[in-house]
Amino acid sequence: MNLALKQLEEEAIYIIREVLGQSRNPCLLFSGGKDSIVLVHLAIKACAPAKLPFPLVHIDTGHNFEETLAFRDRLVNRIGARLVIGSVQEDIDAGRVLEEIGPSASRNTLQTTTLLRTIEENKWDACLGGARRDEEKARAKERIFSVRDVFGGWNEKNQRPELFELLNGRIQHGEHLRVFPISNWTELDVWNYIREENLELPSLYFAHKRWVFERKGSLMPVSTLLERSEHEQPIETWVRFRTVGDMSCTAAVTSTAQDIDRVIEEISGATISERGARLDDQRSEGAMEERKKAGYF
Amino acid sequence: MDALKIATAGSVDDGKSTLIGRLLYETKSLKLDQLELLTKKSQQKGYDYIDFSLATDGLLTERAQGITIDVSHLYLTTPKRRYVLADAPGHQEYTRNMVTAASNAQAAVVLLDARKGVVEQTKRHFYITQLLGLNHLIFAINKMDLVDFNQEVYQKIADEIQLLVNSELRSVVQYHIIPISALHGANITHHSPSTPWYDGPSFMEALSRIPSEIYAPSELNVLQVQWVIRPKTEAHHDYRGFAGKVQSGIFKKGMPITIFPSKLKTTVLKIERYGQEVDSVQQGENASLILADQVNVDRGSTLISDALGTVRCEQSWKARICWLQNTPLNTQSVYLLQHGPQVVKCKILHIRSKTNIETGVEEQTNSIELNDIGIIEFMTDQPITATDFKTHRHLGSWILIDPQTNNTAAVGMNQSEI
Repeated sequence: MNLALKQLEEEAIYIIREVLGQSRNPCLLFSGGKDSIVLVHLAIKACAPAKLPFPLVHIDTGHNFEETLAFRDRLVNRIGARLVIGSVQEDIDAGRVLEEIGPSASRNTLQTTTLLRTIEENKWDACLGGARRDEEKARAKERIFSVRDVFGGWNEKNQRPELFELLNGRIQHGEHLRVFPISNWTELDVWNYIREENLELPSLYFAHKRWVFERKGSLMPVSTLLERSEHEQPIETWVRFRTVGDMSCTAAVTSTAQDIDRVIEEISGATISERGARLDDQRSEGAMEERKKAGYF
Repeated sequence: MDALKIATAGSVDDGKSTLIGRLLYETKSLKLDQLELLTKKSQQKGYDYIDFSLATDGLLTERAQGITIDVSHLYLTTPKRRYVLADAPGHQEYTRNMVTAASNAQAAVVLLDARKGVVEQTKRHFYITQLLGLNHLIFAINKMDLVDFNQEVYQKIADEIQLLVNSELRSVVQYHIIPISALHGANITHHSPSTPWYDGPSFMEALSRIPSEIYAPSELNVLQVQWVIRPKTEAHHDYRGFAGKVQSGIFKKGMPITIFPSKLKTTVLKIERYGQEVDSVQQGENASLILADQVNVDRGSTLISDALGTVRCEQSWKARICWLQNTPLNTQSVYLLQHGPQVVKCKILHIRSKTNIETGVEEQTNSIELNDIGIIEFMTDQPITATDFKTHRHLGSWILIDPQTNNTAAVGMNQSEI
């Protein structure tokens, strides 16, 4: 492992152990994406030889790729972790949120309600997450230990300064921490680490043949969840996904990279940013910032 | 490949955003969709060039108020090195943000405007880098295009900078003074033909020359315990692994160690990294130590091997602090002091002085407020196992937490000789 990658690993494990030392009831937010897969691996290292002393939490929009769910269940089984699922469908059925309608409808924003409800019900005081600062400019300003108020909100004007390696995890009753151990990793760091540690990923990350259609310059997967207009004709082509989110807002990229070496080659020369393939971020310029303030992951 | 963390300082007008945007562009860290957005936004503003400052354009709230709120983090990767830039904005909360950024950096970039030279803020920037013990600096004289890349202008400012650096007694600072134009990309990655008289490195070259291991390896072998691993399984029935990061030095199997604050002695029976046994661990590495005797060790205990040397386990200390919250220091209040993983109660007994960070002079005062730097005497309810900041960056620093709000109220750096 090169020195830069090793330093990132040491930093992340130090942060996870600070959570174990400071929080009474932590959890790990697991999306099934590559960043949270890396986070689980780092958490296992931080706790070894003990098992993970906290659950993995999956907020299920009901619009996940099948591959992601199958992968999640295999992983949980293999490492013997506890899995808690927060269901967006449940919140829709209970009338707590209203399903979006129209061709660009997505359950992405609805996740926030389910996430906050699940955190409150389980009384978690710290949620480990795999967000990275290089993803988006609202995340570039995020702390490693980020305090969320009793409404789950992020107040960008009242963040605690983080000095040296000193992480202040003290919170008031009802507040919780979001903790980001891989804050300082880039997309390429994550991929290099996955290769180095030989981590398994959902097959979606590698090139495969799939029916897709073009929308606003992005390749969207054909599914019953996405209404197509008559101009949006499906084509079958070789693609892979760079992020694995809700099927209704995650676009594919054309790719022939069937293994990790090819993927890294492609990313090193990629001309489009990672979140450029997320329609949820393209909704408006401050889309991520607005969602973060409301308590989004 | 190694990694380097850099703090960048300079006011908005010095073209810092443009420099950072330029660096992102030159190192190909900006992707096509991001570049297209920049081009589009520049055109909307009526510019005939790409305004790279828009690459670091902040949050909606910030733009609405026309200010930068907070330290922002940016990443550059070159074939040999990976950089993390912690960018501290100017304005009122400048000191707080710059201290925060510098505390996590190994080097700093101080930006100057070629038309203005060394100004009060340059002195502030420099003073804070010295306060935080940063020994590698790059002074970038920007906007050289606006003074026709004139050598005399450069030389005059360079002389002023040398005077400033020499005014600090510490002679260990290594620095470069580079004439640049962030807007035109002059002397950023390559030597610019506009400055034939300049024979120093380009900006990126200077960054690449800074050694990544810049804190001298310490003789002191220290590990602060973050968490006790207790699997409580059949296979690991009595297992107790004291997990933490080696803050300095090295730990080897069989080494005698002393546990602080109890001062009990034992030896290292086994060392594990992530469940795998190893013979030794060194500075910067996470480890779990398994000790030979059943001794009481908790989160916050400090394990030290060999001679104590400069480490003291005491309740009374003197320190230089920077105040970080809106509520001023109150000598009647009890604060929480977090020193590594250890948290103790703390009272400020006496405010000695406040530092004028433009002149470096200590001034008599009885109050310390937001963004103030000063010297205090304090006392803790339990002893802390610490050193002076200049002896050990980690053992010599701590934060104060306001127990009413849980906010981080101040950062302190121990200093016994004042």
